[in-house]
Amino acid sequence: MCVALPGRVISVQGRKAVVDFSGNQINAEAGLVSVKPGDSVLVHAGCILQVLPEDEAKFMTELFAELENL
Amino acid sequence: MTDYRTFLKEYDGRTIRIMEVCGTHTASIAHAGIVSLISPKIELISGPGCPVCVTVTEYIDRLIELSLTPDTVVVTFGDMIRVTGSQKSLQDVRSEGGQVRMVYSPLDITALAEAQPEKTFVFAAIGFETTTAVYAALIDGMIESGIRNIRLLTSLKTMPPVIDWVCSMQGGIDGFLAPGHVSVITGSDLFVPLAVAHGVPFAVAGFEGEEILMALYALVKMISHGESRVMNLYPSAVTPAGNTAAQHMIDKYFTSCDAAWRGMGIIPDSGLMLREEYSMFDAGSRDLFSDHSHHPKCRCAKVITGALKPTECPLFGTLCTPDKPQGACMVSSEGSCCSYFVNRRKV
Repeated sequence: MCVALPGRVISVQGRKAVVDFSGNQINAEAGLVSVKPGDSVLVHAGCILQVLPEDEAKFMTELFAELENL
Repeated sequence: MTDYRTFLKEYDGRTIRIMEVCGTHTASIAHAGIVSLISPKIELISGPGCPVCVTVTEYIDRLIELSLTPDTVVVTFGDMIRVTGSQKSLQDVRSEGGQVRMVYSPLDITALAEAQPEKTFVFAAIGFETTTAVYAALIDGMIESGIRNIRLLTSLKTMPPVIDWVCSMQGGIDGFLAPGHVSVITGSDLFVPLAVAHGVPFAVAGFEGEEILMALYALVKMISHGESRVMNLYPSAVTPAGNTAAQHMIDKYFTSCDAAWRGMGIIPDSGLMLREEYSMFDAGSRDLFSDHSHHPKCRCAKVITGALKPTECPLFGTLCTPDKPQGACMVSSEGSCCSYFVNRRKV
């Protein structure tokens, strides 16, 4: 039940945001995070839970380094 | 970088038992065929993290009762509709005149409530920390916009007490695949006290097949080296501290309580309920502890703790099937027994 999907914020009005999922757009609750148009976000049950970083490669490089040192 | 796929496939050390706590991980593991990609010496055990599965029958009976009350509409996620209470499901009662609406998001209920102010809309608020944050945002929005005809019937659960319970049952779990989207809210540090107390490692994982494989690789290596720490393998979405704004909002509206888990009994302080000052939004959630579904031969508690495989339960596939579940693990597609039954998963 804890499914969450990444989407991109199109517009923000108050505590609501329009989020695009590959062409499908929904109105999402934006009261749990601070978002702006263009942000990549994680959405669960119509609610934005987190803003996702653009540079995921940086995180993965650090992660691989940590795994290698285990 | 070590080829973690080869490592996992060719692992030939002592047998390692890893529990995926989250029901969405259980579904992803089946969908991605993870078991076929790893050594038979790495056993995956499905834990108690499917909120639909662990909801007791008395809660569903109360929803049914509410749906048959004049001017009251029960609003729910789709996966709760077909779960049977002591006698019937919401799906059954809908065909008998029960007022039941299905929504994608709890936030959809505000549009329904605004359109029909003469009716009371009751949301079937089940879930772990991930979804509780959404309910907190719903209450916050209701107060802000002055909506007064929405109530929550809560059966909310929290992860640490049930993981602690699983460890205390000594089912022989060597490490935990920690729930990724719960961790988005709580932060990966939530699991540090459990790792220390029970001497087992945790790997927070995303839900794609590759993300799960990487987390399993990290767990096998930590277990092999005797390390009991928490690694965050989902850093794009999870931070050590989590979403603190969401945590504050949960804390503002909800407080800890004892909770009943289908097939497992009452676990102290393992749930959340609306605070006294917000009890006007509650639809009568307190003390819904009875569980009439418990067949004497049901082995859910042992399956959920890893002491037994689903196929080792005497009811599996005979008296207990997805069409007629007897215990928690067969109830939803994210349940361990249901996943085994539907996907013919083998360990």
